[in-house]
Amino acid sequence: MTNMSGKFSRALLYSILIVFAVYYMLPLYVMVVNSVKELDEIRQGAMLSLPQKFTIEPWLSAWSTAQIGVDPTGLKPYFINSILMVVPAVFLSTMLGAVNGYVLTKWQFPGHRIVFGLLLLSCFIPFQIVLIPMARILGTLGIAGTTSGLVFVHMIYGIGFTTLFFRNYYDAFPTELVRAATIDGAGFFRIFYRILLPSSGPIIVVTVIWQFTNVWNDFLFGASFADADSQPVTVALNNLVSSSTGVKEYNVHFAGAILAALPTLVVYIVSGRYFVRGLMAGAVKG
Amino acid sequence: MPYRAKLQDWLPRLVLSPSVALIAIFVYGFILYTSYLSFSDSRMLPSYGLVGFANYERLFGLRHWETALTNLAIFGILYIVICTVIGLTLAILLDRKIRGEGILRPIYLYPMALSFIVTGTAWKWFLDPGIGLENVVQTWGWTDFSFRWIKDRDMAIYTVVIAAVWQSSGFVMAMFLAGLRGIDGEIMRAAQIDGASNFNLYRRIIIPMLRPAFLSAFVVLAHLAIKSYDLVIALTNGGPGRATELPATFMYSYTFSRNQMGVGASSAIIMLIMIASIIVPYLYSELKEKKA
Amino acid sequence: MAFLEINQLHKSYGPVDVLKGINIAIEEGGFLVLVGPSGCGKSTLLNTIAGLEDITSGAIKIDGSVVNDLHPSKRDIAMVFQSYALYPSMNVRDNIAFGLEMRGASKEERADAVAGVADMLQIGHLLDRRPGQLSGGQRQRVAMGRALVRDPKLFLFDEPLSNLDAKLRVDMRTEIKRLHQKLSATIVYVTHDQIEAMTLATQIAVLKDGVLQQVGSPDEVYNTPANLFVADFMGSPTMNLIPAKLEKNDAGVHVELSRESGSIILPVREKAGALDKLIGKNIVFGIRPEDVTDAEGQDAAATDVAQAECHVEVVEPTGADKYVVTHLGGKELIARMRAGFGVNPGDKMPFNFNMGKAHFFDPASEMRVA
Repeated sequence: MTNMSGKFSRALLYSILIVFAVYYMLPLYVMVVNSVKELDEIRQGAMLSLPQKFTIEPWLSAWSTAQIGVDPTGLKPYFINSILMVVPAVFLSTMLGAVNGYVLTKWQFPGHRIVFGLLLLSCFIPFQIVLIPMARILGTLGIAGTTSGLVFVHMIYGIGFTTLFFRNYYDAFPTELVRAATIDGAGFFRIFYRILLPSSGPIIVVTVIWQFTNVWNDFLFGASFADADSQPVTVALNNLVSSSTGVKEYNVHFAGAILAALPTLVVYIVSGRYFVRGLMAGAVKG
Repeated sequence: MPYRAKLQDWLPRLVLSPSVALIAIFVYGFILYTSYLSFSDSRMLPSYGLVGFANYERLFGLRHWETALTNLAIFGILYIVICTVIGLTLAILLDRKIRGEGILRPIYLYPMALSFIVTGTAWKWFLDPGIGLENVVQTWGWTDFSFRWIKDRDMAIYTVVIAAVWQSSGFVMAMFLAGLRGIDGEIMRAAQIDGASNFNLYRRIIIPMLRPAFLSAFVVLAHLAIKSYDLVIALTNGGPGRATELPATFMYSYTFSRNQMGVGASSAIIMLIMIASIIVPYLYSELKEKKA
Repeated sequence: MAFLEINQLHKSYGPVDVLKGINIAIEEGGFLVLVGPSGCGKSTLLNTIAGLEDITSGAIKIDGSVVNDLHPSKRDIAMVFQSYALYPSMNVRDNIAFGLEMRGASKEERADAVAGVADMLQIGHLLDRRPGQLSGGQRQRVAMGRALVRDPKLFLFDEPLSNLDAKLRVDMRTEIKRLHQKLSATIVYVTHDQIEAMTLATQIAVLKDGVLQQVGSPDEVYNTPANLFVADFMGSPTMNLIPAKLEKNDAGVHVELSRESGSIILPVREKAGALDKLIGKNIVFGIRPEDVTDAEGQDAAATDVAQAECHVEVVEPTGADKYVVTHLGGKELIARMRAGFGVNPGDKMPFNFNMGKAHFFDPASEMRVA
């Protein structure tokens, strides 16, 4: 390879990479710049240009005054709904996943592989298939249309992934440590919380991020099982954007979209490394 | 045997049992229930009169369902192929000791952190002829530039592909990159000493070694494609007309808006069969390999 | 009465038998080494003694009482694992004290006990560190400390030195031996390294495919191996085992070993009496490299020496000795000669065979006859 062609191919390489970076950044850029423009300015075109007149108004509107459904409440109450839904759902499914992973690796019993396979398979079912019976069961349990109902649903359908994460992590955790602790006289729970749990930091982070992202971003369950008071922010955002009445306030829509995306984006920026690890663990089984 | 018979011995299974029970009821029980409904005369509410395959016959007689399946085929194939091509290309390029990889990689990947609803909203307006790309290019001087796929019955499904690829291709890149980083550097050095050109190095040595990454990417993308619901709702809401309807949106609207629960249930069963035919063999081989 | 007694121990995983009727007994203060190639069942045997695995049938007695169904923590044993199995989230002090804590020992008792073993193992300065901050040798010491602190009836070691580099392994081996002598503890020790077995054991048990091949002192196992497997497994370089024929003529009993050009004859005198049954039959002739020497390097105490001209094929100096390779009976034969002895590949020279230390095996049963 001569120096000239080397430099040329290097330049080509960077150009391609940068073009793709622009492609990935563009929608976010569009959302951000247009969320601080006035509506007239957007209508005149120039979606890509920076705002001539900067305004915070769309953000305030999206947060607290925009018309969603029948009330001009903004996204705020729905954002709070999402938080109230995400925190317990993530906590419960992570806990279940941790003990499941512990049992499935360190206390194996005949048929443990089949049990794991069935738990894992549950990650992949099209959730459409559970919508009809789930709606009825939530009604029977008296938690239809409530945040508790959504927590329950997300906890159940999170078990498969959280179990997968912890099983794979504990599978690599030396069984000799469990044996040593057994000889030292520790029992089932003591081994778990004295020996395994203190070493589970990384996988807890991965699992929490994964579950947080999935539950926060969920739309289907929120749209199916929540009523007006318990809707999560994704459903509210969709209502905001697709409401057919009145003027389309693009700037407010963009601000709202960023607001709804903010928690997961922040998690991603703060702990991208763990986020990627979670994605990979979710993709590469076994 | 005194110690064996003690509670300690049953404790692990006891601890596992709530999860197993929940999954047994809420996944497998519900699958059975829904498949029962798919053979029943349920309409607005579940009803238990059996009608045999009538719902399936109706389902496959519906133009609407045919559209959904055709769209799924177009969307699924393009989504999987384009994501794989872009993901692999970016991974190979990024793997060539790029300065600034630490900045580029997160940029490629961040869409995965967004909800499909947010992605749909962003692309909906970006592709909107009134205020989006078309308008922008026109103000740049190309006044006869036209890009109105999102409003075009024949082209709208491709806008779903564009947005979905945008969301997922970075993730595919990450999978391939992890695969590339896992390849032993000595193999590459050996191939270079054997005189392989860069092209041959990738074609003959590296890409074949990425087989597991290809398989994982395919499985993940295929199951995401079949489950795709939120993105279509936010981007086109199935329109214009029914041009971007997918099985997932079909199921929802037939079950909950059109009060045809039997048909809805049968469409859900068809979706399950599609996903299972991809996932079950994959999981089976993965879990089996583990054992060996 | 034996301190640890294993009677007719069977262990199977489904249809696979991994231990097939093991009988071993060892006295209090004894050092039993279980040795064998990987997959021979030695670690499984240790785990059954520990109670980490169930047994299918048979009995294990520690200090007179059957422990078959006792939980590991109730057997009064301590175990040192191959990977050391130090709890990664606890510092060294807590690692050592964990077993005492689980048994409800008070803080003061624990502190005293930890101080005691830390002193003995010279790890006092490491007590506040995490396992991740220790070197391999230090981890090894901590793992031993964790076992020692409990003052158990029985110590179990599962290949404790296999993760150390060669030099450290020799040092730790000496240390373990010293501890054993000082504490007069009873120890069961698993290894695949026959040198460890020879240096540490008071009793060696050689296993193969779940069957006990021989139990005896290191001396017995080395000098009177029960069968071909033990003969081949113990010793380095391994014993020369050569197909041969045992004949008798007017001059007496002799071994006939074939080679490309005819054969060589080695007269047998001292052991001839025990070999009557094998006269005229094919045998396997076994002789250790140190019993095949150059004329001057021969063992001064040897009383039955045979000499034969052999072709030198390869010479491997090790510094202390020279290993000289020739071919006999279709197999390589290694002789150990003095380092200063001048010999070159291609030479033809007399090899001295110490026939008093030769071994004769029946090829059919693979058992040693004499």
